[in-house]
Amino acid sequence: MAAPLITAIMPGRDWLSLLRPGDWLCAGIALIVVGISYPLLWQGGNAEKAVVRRDGALIAELPLTLHKRIEVDGPIGKTTIEIEPGRARVLSDPGPRQYCVRQGWLTRPNAIAICAPNHVSLSLSGPAGGAGHNDSVSY
Amino acid sequence: MIPSATERHTKRHIELTVTADDHRVARYAAAAIALTVAEAAIPSPLPGVKPGLANIVVLLVLMRHGWADAAWVSLLRVVAGSLVVGQFLAPGFFLSLTGALLSLAVLAPAMHLPRRWFGPVTLSILAAFAHIGGQVLLARLWLVPHDGVFYLVPVFATTALIFGIVNGLIVARLIIPKPSQS
Repeated sequence: MAAPLITAIMPGRDWLSLLRPGDWLCAGIALIVVGISYPLLWQGGNAEKAVVRRDGALIAELPLTLHKRIEVDGPIGKTTIEIEPGRARVLSDPGPRQYCVRQGWLTRPNAIAICAPNHVSLSLSGPAGGAGHNDSVSY
Repeated sequence: MIPSATERHTKRHIELTVTADDHRVARYAAAAIALTVAEAAIPSPLPGVKPGLANIVVLLVLMRHGWADAAWVSLLRVVAGSLVVGQFLAPGFFLSLTGALLSLAVLAPAMHLPRRWFGPVTLSILAAFAHIGGQVLLARLWLVPHDGVFYLVPVFATTALIFGIVNGLIVARLIIPKPSQS
């Protein structure tokens, strides 16, 4: 630091020299914390269960940890629901417009696919007490 | 708190002695308040996402004059800064105050980290995270009693990291030329 005042004011090239080993460590840890916070907090919590209803009545409540297909009989036919770890979808439905099928995989808590013609709905529930009190959330 | 002048010849019997310490704290606090006001003019996408330039002054005071002075400057900054900006006793004031208090609480032990290994950048990062942590906590407990607040944490944390490093570097740079330091 030959001319300290000038180096203090001028945007110098040796900014990195101001960082001490512990600073790198601290910044590194902070960066990891920031990195983790994104997936952790931007998922809105993990969906834990798939809830299948017909005419509003509970048909099945399945944890999103297994591979499974279930079939639900409705007024116009069979609705097939597929469950995989962390996600669920309506695989097939006899409804004319296929809205609930085309919605694809549901992954977030409170997401819902409604097969209205066949009176069947598939929704995901998150951790109890969280955002579980909403009627529905669209993403 | 820190009166500018006390007349000897007034008939009132109030005499406030102003020490050199008071003057020093007042000068630093003024600088911090100026930065707060300047910063309030910067448009921000989210309340809470701002550089926190006043923390440069607080850290500088911490490293030069110790924790007590830094606490004075920080809290004076919060109170006077919010008065100037028109936020006194508004929610923003309490958020700011909580952030400042938690930040000071973290800095108290952190300043004793070995200086050889940990420079101003570490202190700045810790202070920035404490600041935002306190604010989010207060917001969750009081202003928005819903876990949805935590949805914003990644954004705040990213801001804290970036400006924590930048402010810390500025402090490190400002500390070098002080001849009495080396």
